[in-house]
This record gives sequence, structure tokens and C-alpha cells, in this order.
Amino acid sequence: MIGWLLRRLAQIIPTLLILSVMIFGLQQLMPGDPALILAGEERGDPVVLAQIRAELLLDRPIAEQYFVWVSKVVQGDFGFSWRIRMPVSQLILEKLPVTFQLATMAFVIAIVIGVPLGILSAVRRDTPTDWLANAVALAGISTPNFWLGIMMILFFSVNLGWLPPSGYVPLTEDWRASLATTIMPAFVLGSGIAGVLMRHTRAAMMTAMAQDYVRTARAKGMAEGVVVLKHAFRNALIPVVTLGAIEFGRLLAGAVLTEQIFTIPGFGKLIVDAVFNRDYPVVQGVVLATALIFVVLSLVADLLYMAINPRLRQA
Amino acid sequence: MNADSPRRRALRRFFQHRLAVLGLVVVVVFILAAVLAPWVAPYDPIQTSWTRLRKPPSAAFLFGTDENGRDVFSRVLWGARASLMAGVVSVLAAMLMGVPLGLLAGLAGKWTDALISRIADAMLSVPFLILAIALAAFLGPALENAMLAIAISAAPVFVRLARGMALEARSADWFEAARALGNPPWRTALLHVLPNIVPPLLVQGTLAIAEAIIAEASLSFLGLGQQPPQPSWGSMLNSAQRFLTQAPWMAIYPGVAIFVVVLAFNVFGDGLRDALDPRSQRR
Repeated sequence: MIGWLLRRLAQIIPTLLILSVMIFGLQQLMPGDPALILAGEERGDPVVLAQIRAELLLDRPIAEQYFVWVSKVVQGDFGFSWRIRMPVSQLILEKLPVTFQLATMAFVIAIVIGVPLGILSAVRRDTPTDWLANAVALAGISTPNFWLGIMMILFFSVNLGWLPPSGYVPLTEDWRASLATTIMPAFVLGSGIAGVLMRHTRAAMMTAMAQDYVRTARAKGMAEGVVVLKHAFRNALIPVVTLGAIEFGRLLAGAVLTEQIFTIPGFGKLIVDAVFNRDYPVVQGVVLATALIFVVLSLVADLLYMAINPRLRQA
Repeated sequence: MNADSPRRRALRRFFQHRLAVLGLVVVVVFILAAVLAPWVAPYDPIQTSWTRLRKPPSAAFLFGTDENGRDVFSRVLWGARASLMAGVVSVLAAMLMGVPLGLLAGLAGKWTDALISRIADAMLSVPFLILAIALAAFLGPALENAMLAIAISAAPVFVRLARGMALEARSADWFEAARALGNPPWRTALLHVLPNIVPPLLVQGTLAIAEAIIAEASLSFLGLGQQPPQPSWGSMLNSAQRFLTQAPWMAIYPGVAIFVVVLAFNVFGDGLRDALDPRSQRR
């Protein structure tokens, strides 16, 4: 187990290293001179430009720039926002809880919809129930989530007036208002993941239902409900949990557009605003942070996989 | 109840097959709409008119008009061009980048494999859309740059797929035979391994187009794709958001177009998978 963990960590390090080179390299794609963007009104002044270049090490060789950047990142210094005049890491830490709340709610919604639907369609396979469940999953996967968001605002906020169309109230301030502002975006985010979870639950359940132990349980005369939930589902859960952890990382990407539509000041809105303000250090920082979160989550997924599958533990 | 009687199996195959065919038909209709837009669109998609701002759908304007008096139906037809082109071209480009690298990694092994695989891992650890947004942001807002960004973001999936298939091929008897006959490695890769991976590539490619279309719409929505006044579904939805109360039709139809074409590609791809790869049949 420890050996496995070490090997897994050893694999992560080169991946992160390459990632850092790529994210640093993004800068080189940028058209124009960053010093010109930063100087703003004073772009005509060569003294100001030279000062900015020296400050950002733009006058140094690229390799040196990279090493300085990486050594700072390793210490948790993701650079300084060009526009908001704040450390990027602080900005990210400030916005992350908002997105985390959204993602958690979305995840709960996805599980509540996706998993039972997957079980139902596996148990009732090839019946209209199964087809309907599959159609729902397919629709969830195929709906662009920003459009679903706009449609929900149109229906629930504009037509019915039930929910606020935008804005965000922190959970600590007023939990009712907080839920009211996040329920629609969370549903939008969760619906796509629900489709993916449904398909995986269905496939895993079908594999589990075909196993000998399920036949044995049935032969013993157990109630079908017990067979399905206690015997088949527990085993089907293994691949679903692993997938779930990875999908959670994908929620972060989905949050980009969803937060934009519902004007929720989270992680996704941070990167979009940074893109528009040409605040490149923030864009880089957000990409790096999402990648780190993803790498950690897939490690967690692997550990969970080990934890819930006793067969793997001895190995 | 026998859940797997021959009749039910036949019914299922028929149902799945018919759905896939329907998906293909819808895809073809959209391609025709995109190609024929200049002839079938009833109005100019860019010409503004101050006498018909935000008119609701009617016989004259099937999907209504937008905030500049342009016909939404015509713009949806023209928008199919940007979306389909972005979907198809970026996936083809992703394949052109990813497949050779994947084959190289799988067949060469050792250091080459380790390097290519770690690069693919690194790219896959950034969620697809965030990577595409970051690339598009640094490249600058334009449809071509959005397509390039989507292509680069989608490439690692094809690297992994091609690498896996190459590894599988390397342990097959026919691979050994092709080598024993004195084929140079590149010839073995091109003439023997590549044809074997075409079916899964086709399936993955179709599903990737669906994802690329959503990505293009997302980037255009954010202003990082097709630039106004050129029509694209994503940018139409962006401007529609400001007129949600006065002109909801502006928001409904471009989204329906995205949904239908993505659904069609997904259904078609699922059907292709069932038809081409009996091993992975979702049963």
C-alpha cells in the first residue's frame, strides 16, 4: 500500500513539472508586450516600460524567468494580479469556497438524480423505464449548461419570479438566501454530471447483476430489493465512487460558465474576468490551481478505490 | 420475466440502431443548413434594421428578430457554419496531433513513451474547458484561435487512445508477423496498426465533435470565439441574456440548435460504438 502510494506520487511529480512548463509557456503565446498592457496610460514612457520589464524579469532569459516563477509557485506564491493588485493565491483562496459550495451542491444533486436512475434502468433494462432513463441521461449530457442556466432564469426568475436570477449570498450570512441564490446554478452544473453518473451506475449495476453472488443471493430466496441494493449495488458502487471523484474536478470547469451566467463571484468568474482584463497571472494561477485540485482528487479517487475494494488492499 | 429474450434483444438493437440513424440524419440536416445557409436563409444575417427590433416569432420571422433587427432564424442557420466547422475541424486537428504521437509513444516505448504520456497526463489534469479558455485567452479572441485552443485541448484524449491501441497491437501475432516480414517500423505503424484503430477513433471522434461544439459555443459565449457581428450560437446567447425579459426567443432558439446538434452527434456516436465495437456494447 505504502509502496503503491510512493510509486503513484513519483508519477505525479513529472506530470506536475511538465504542467508548470506548459502553464509558464502560455505567456509566450501572448500577442504583444505585457509591459505595454501593464503600463496602460504611460505606455509611451520608455522609463516606465523599462521599470516594468525589470520588475517582471521580462528582460531576463526565458529559462531564468521560468525558474524564478516555479520556485515561487512551489512556495505558494502564484504571482501578483495585474489588475486587482492582490496576490493571485489570495484571490484564489477567497473565491474557492464559493465554487466549492456550488460544486458540492451540484454533486449532491447529480448523485441524487444519477445513481437511482442508473439502478432503476439496470434493473428494468430494456423496458420503457430504461429507455426513458437513458434519454434523460443523454439530454443531460447534451445540454450546454450555460443555455440551461439561461432557460432556468427565464422560467423560474423572469416568468415565475420564484428565485433571484443572479447574485450570491454566503452560506455563513444567511443560509436560506444562500441556497436560493445557488440552487439553480447547482442544478445546472449537476445535471450534466448526473447523466454521466447514471450511465456509469447503469453499466456497473449490469456487470454486478450478472455475477454469481447475485444468483446465489436470489437462489437463497432473498427479496429482489435486498439483492439489488445490498449485493449488487454495493459492488457497483466501486467504479462509481472513483468516477465521482474525478467528475468533481470537472465541476470546476463547468462552474466557469455557470458562475458567469448567474454572476456568482467564484473561481469560474475569476478566470473569466481575468481573461477579459488581460490579467494573465490570474489566468495562469487559476489553471495551475485547477490542475492541482484535479491531481489531488484523482489521488483521492485511487485511495477511495482501495478503501472500498478490500480485494485490492492486500496487493 | 425473461429480461433477455430474443425478441427484446432484437427490439433493443432495432431501437438503438434507429436512434443512431436518426442522429445521423439530424447531423446531415445541420451540415446542409451550414453549407446552404447563403441560399436558404431568408434574410441577411448581419444587416441590421431599426424598424424591426426584437419582433416576436411570426410567419415572416420564424424565430423572431434580435436587438439589432436581424432575423434570428437566418442567424441560427449561418451560426451552424461556425459551430460545425469548429466541431469538425478542431477534432480533425486534434486527431492529426494526437494519433501520430500516441502511435509513436505506444510503438517506441521507453523514454519516448514516458515523455509523451506525461505530457498527455499534464494536459488532461486541466479540465478541458478551462484549458481551452486559457489557450484562447492567450492566443486572442478569434474563431480560428478558439478552434486551435479546442484542438490542442482535445488532442491528449487521442494520444491516449492511439497509444493504448498501439500497445495492444504490439503484443498481437499479426504485428510480429508484419515485423518478421521485414516491414520497417513506420510501415507497420501506418499500414497495419492505423487501420486497426480506425473504428475506435471514429467513435471517439464523433463524441469529441459533440464536446467541441459545446466548447466553441462556450468560448463564443464568453467572447473568445467567433467575433460579432458574424453569427455564432454562443455569441447570440450572450447578447440574448441582456434581453431575457423583453425577447426570450433570442435565447431559446440558438440554444435549441446547440442542444439538437450535440444530441445528434452523441446518439450517432453511441450507435457507432455499438455497431463497430461489439466488445464495448453497453449491455
